[in-house]
Amino acid sequence: MSGACLFVIGATHQNAPLGVRERLALSSESAIRDDLASVEGLSELAVLSTCNRVEFYGVGSGDGAADSVQAAYCARQRFDVAEFERIRIKLTGRDAALHLFEVASGLDSQLLGENEIFGQVKEAYAAAQACGSTGAVLNRLFQKAFQAAKHVRTSTGIGSGRVSVANVAVDLAASIFGSLAVAKVLVLGTGEIGEGTARAFRSRGAAELAVAGRTPERAAEVAAALSAETVPFGDRDSSLAHYDIVVCSTAAPSAVLSAAAIAAAMRRRPARPLLVIDLALPRDVEASAADLQNVFLYNLDDLARIAERNRMAREAEIARCRAILAHRADGLWGHVQRYLSSADGLKGGSPDRNAREAGQAAAP
Amino acid sequence: MGQRLPSMLPDLSDRQWLWCAAGFYTAGLLLGTVSLVRGQRTSGILIYCAILAGYVLQFIGLGVRGRAAGGCPLGNQFEIFQFTAWSAITLYLVVGVTFRSSLLGFFTSCLGAALTVVSLSIPAWDAVRRTHIFGGNPWIELHAALAIFSYGVFGLLALTSGLFLLRHFSLKSKRLGGWFSFLPSILELDHIEVRLLAAGFGLLTLALVFGSVYWSRDTATVDHAKLAATVAVWAAAAAALGLRAVGRLLARRFAWTCLALFAAALLSLEAVDESRHPRVSQPAEKAAP
Repeated sequence: MSGACLFVIGATHQNAPLGVRERLALSSESAIRDDLASVEGLSELAVLSTCNRVEFYGVGSGDGAADSVQAAYCARQRFDVAEFERIRIKLTGRDAALHLFEVASGLDSQLLGENEIFGQVKEAYAAAQACGSTGAVLNRLFQKAFQAAKHVRTSTGIGSGRVSVANVAVDLAASIFGSLAVAKVLVLGTGEIGEGTARAFRSRGAAELAVAGRTPERAAEVAAALSAETVPFGDRDSSLAHYDIVVCSTAAPSAVLSAAAIAAAMRRRPARPLLVIDLALPRDVEASAADLQNVFLYNLDDLARIAERNRMAREAEIARCRAILAHRADGLWGHVQRYLSSADGLKGGSPDRNAREAGQAAAP
Repeated sequence: MGQRLPSMLPDLSDRQWLWCAAGFYTAGLLLGTVSLVRGQRTSGILIYCAILAGYVLQFIGLGVRGRAAGGCPLGNQFEIFQFTAWSAITLYLVVGVTFRSSLLGFFTSCLGAALTVVSLSIPAWDAVRRTHIFGGNPWIELHAALAIFSYGVFGLLALTSGLFLLRHFSLKSKRLGGWFSFLPSILELDHIEVRLLAAGFGLLTLALVFGSVYWSRDTATVDHAKLAATVAVWAAAAAALGLRAVGRLLARRFAWTCLALFAAALLSLEAVDESRHPRVSQPAEKAAP
């Protein structure tokens, strides 16, 4: 293990466009693990594979192990090595540790600060553990990465606010109704953005979901995809009072919901707020409906503006997050280095002692 | 007057205990303000602990005061304000944890600090102390305690209404970021408002029922200004609750009404205080050695 080094090698959305990432996507993680099992000098390995990145975190002797991983991966994907070298990331030592910290924190994500990556890193680590390919260094690295990511999320604004229109709409509904388990949602129109928003409401546990479209067949199709009910488009005004959230995304040339219709619905449910989300262009809802008591009307521009503000707020936190993560990576790397440099000496001891001391040495 | 607690507790006068309590409420207020200025979520646990510490100290201070007064310390404007703050905070400590809103803690510490610091800072409010104001009648003491406790509930209602108006403003003006994001949902705030108003109204009704039993025996003892002010507050609460129930007073208007109700309750305390007798003049400094 003399000259052993932590490394990460792979391709991410930062340098690899979608078409390239498609070619680099792993069809089977177990197959590549089998390929890499024979790489000489590679003592630990974890594979992080998402739609935005394929990364190999390893501990091996010098540059040789990382190059062997690259060669095996390119061979498996039938990808030109020279081309891969142009788009790859390859980091070692403390920089590799810092990279994982940033990935787990969502700092390296396409959607800055998103939380899904945290779960994906956890899954990657669990899979590596299940295969028995992690050791003292990667175990400590991943555990510290999870701690660092959690710390950054709670102590900075990197994860605050939503940055997609659909999620902003869902957050908006939560700030009106609290739990969405009490909210009934009506989707007017079968446009893609409306369907995406309805899906976001469904995933956050909306109590009831119904779809009304100008084309009944298409409405039934969308409703089936969302496990929702259908409402005849002509009944939209009369059924409005039953719903708490209305998402409009029709391609109608003029408004399909008048302020008068909304006012009439509110008279039947005066104490309960109504959230109207108008995602259509031209707009589906008369703008004067915003003046009604207990009615909250948001259009596409409003939601986009909120999403943009949230994104800018997250960007403003990047420097703070990086400083926190760099400090933590420095701390971790100091201990890992001491462990790696003493690994030769440990080899002489009993296996139990080696494992115990490895854990102690790597623990910051 | 000016009694001190025996044994293990520090040898402080009632006002000194109450100043300490005010200090903790102010600390909660400062903690929350610093967090909000930095754009961070206020620390619910820290503020809750500050309020709890202030509450315990206030309880001791009012206890010392109560021993000296020979009953519930409601003998002057100062004591009424202190008791109102203590009542609102009692309710917050019991139900506040279910709000899941650190901002409510922040606003409660604002209310606690405002009522206690203001009452402590105006010596005239405590210049005249009255003892045995209930004449040994436990029913009339219960009446007074319940009435002031209901005002404390209205205090918490006013805070919730303030939060509602902030949330309403953020939603209507489409500003959801910053510290607006720490506010509870508007529907939850609305439900809590209704429950607090019902609770305050119920307590005030009970207080009036107990009071009326006493007054009906001797109507000559009833101060008309006090009766009119108290009944007006009660009638306003009843009207607000009734109009809310039939859907005529909703959302923003309901919240403003609740704020006005608390303001009216505070104003009515002047009439309540004026009705006190007999009076025993005693300088505050001497009363609290």
